[in-house]
Amino acid sequence: MVVLGIETSCDDTAASVLARRADGTLEVLSSVVSSQIDLHARYGGVVPEVASRAHIDRIIPVLAEAMREAHVQRGDLDAIAATIGPGLVGSLLVGVSAAKALSLVWGVPFVGVNHLEGHLFAPLLEEQDVAFPLLVLLVSGGHTMLLGMFGPGDYRLMGRTLDDAAGEAFDKVARYLGLGYPGGPVIDRLATEGDLSAIAFPRSMLHDGLDFSFSGLKTSVVNYVRRHPEVAATDVAASFQEAAVDVLVHKARLAASQIGAVGMSLAGGVAANTRLRARWAAAAKADGRRAHLPSLAYCTDNAAMVAAAGLWRLAELGPTPLDCGVDPNLSLAALL
Amino acid sequence: MLIVGIETSSTQVSCALGGPDGVLAASQVNRGQRHAELLSPMIGQLCAAAGVSLDSVNAVAVGVGPGLFTGLRVGLATAKAMAFGLGVPVIGVGSLELVAFPVRFAPCRIVAVTDARRSEVFWARFSGGMDGVEAFGPSQVGSPAELRAELDAELDADGAGAGHLLVGDGALRYREVLAADGVEFANSALAHPSAWALVQVARSRASVSSTVPPQDVHPVYLRQPDAEANWVQRPTSEAPRS
Ligand SMILES: [Zn+2]
Repeated sequence: MVVLGIETSCDDTAASVLARRADGTLEVLSSVVSSQIDLHARYGGVVPEVASRAHIDRIIPVLAEAMREAHVQRGDLDAIAATIGPGLVGSLLVGVSAAKALSLVWGVPFVGVNHLEGHLFAPLLEEQDVAFPLLVLLVSGGHTMLLGMFGPGDYRLMGRTLDDAAGEAFDKVARYLGLGYPGGPVIDRLATEGDLSAIAFPRSMLHDGLDFSFSGLKTSVVNYVRRHPEVAATDVAASFQEAAVDVLVHKARLAASQIGAVGMSLAGGVAANTRLRARWAAAAKADGRRAHLPSLAYCTDNAAMVAAAGLWRLAELGPTPLDCGVDPNLSLAALL
Repeated sequence: MLIVGIETSSTQVSCALGGPDGVLAASQVNRGQRHAELLSPMIGQLCAAAGVSLDSVNAVAVGVGPGLFTGLRVGLATAKAMAFGLGVPVIGVGSLELVAFPVRFAPCRIVAVTDARRSEVFWARFSGGMDGVEAFGPSQVGSPAELRAELDAELDADGAGAGHLLVGDGALRYREVLAADGVEFANSALAHPSAWALVQVARSRASVSSTVPPQDVHPVYLRQPDAEANWVQRPTSEAPRS
């Protein structure tokens, strides 16, 4: 079974060819991502119309490269999967329209994928023996949630952010400090040269259930810098990052113990943060759980995860009709 | 020569099949903004009704705008991917030309005027003939008053002249602004660019020089992205990233 995955929900144009072997193992034959960060950086954020235009220009070269790298021809593909939401409507429409067209001309099934479920499949792309239940922290610019994964398709939402997503806090702090965009990688880099205990930023709602709040942390960083303009950006970055990571790891450990998780996995763009990865691995080890740290390429938006989720959906629930639309506000609730 | 035509740059979704002798089949729906939901199933149904297999298609034609961005992109993404999937070239045709094409026998100058929303219209001027229409002047976007001024200047220069035939949903919407001596309006049945016209125009362009690989066909927007107005404070729950 060979599936072509397409992901265009935000500002990455991505395509991937994924094979499932006879013994059930998954093999990523290609995973191509064309990032638009350069196009959006000068606006300090994603401009939907700019993103949609770039997807139209890039979708065919990205598809062609994914198939070339995978050494597959049109007749080799058994299904087409594409992200149908959540995301930017204009961006989603490009990938979904292309996927439906390929399904039509190749006579193979189309399957629509929830982007968030796609992220949950990231650990399964590289490890064949993932054991459940798995505690997954999905942490990105748009999402911060703790999920119990009891197997593909079987999820329990355990906690989520009540205001800003963690990645949003990174971006906003970086913007306030004049560090540019996107904020995550810049803060990560600066933090390595700073003192993570220099400033005691608040650990929001640390003892209050599994939900998160990051807007208070962001505000206290802004207030602190306003009162101490001479402070080193490296110390602010390190102390802010440590506060955010503290909360994420602490709540993930609580959630993992509640479901008796065998392993703990990171997903989403913020999973690229080096401090979070280090603390995650240490926490899992201390608690006797397996740490799953997908490669950065599978943490950030990619189409291999969409192909994997699509492959599973197709086998369990069958194809998606070609008259389905996109849903910019598609929630995880649809999967629970 | 079998051509699939896709034109979705207006509120109307349309597709057609063109064969060696003309239009084999055509289908259109104008009901809400449901381009992405309607287009692929419509193409599938059209082929089934005409007894044509997509495998035998030689080229994909697409209306490239100007038009409404969302519909335009659904059409472009679909046409590009179909052509890529079939290994055939794309023939891109301007959507204003497709609005003008059905009135090509009019004995006067033709102005295709489509609704660009935000109180503006897209327009371009054409002269018609047996084989189709030929544009003179560029495709433009602006207020109906700007178009009116342009037409007035030309009517003055020509004297009574042959006049203008205005065709398209933009002409009808702003009829009160655009009406003048020497200006006539085409029927509302011709208000939108259609795939029916597209496959006829594309048939005459199917020579190698007019076809391009699917990555090389680009939409005509005529407007810069509205970066300030639409800027997403990156990222929000509506615009999740990774
Ligand atoms: Zn994502």
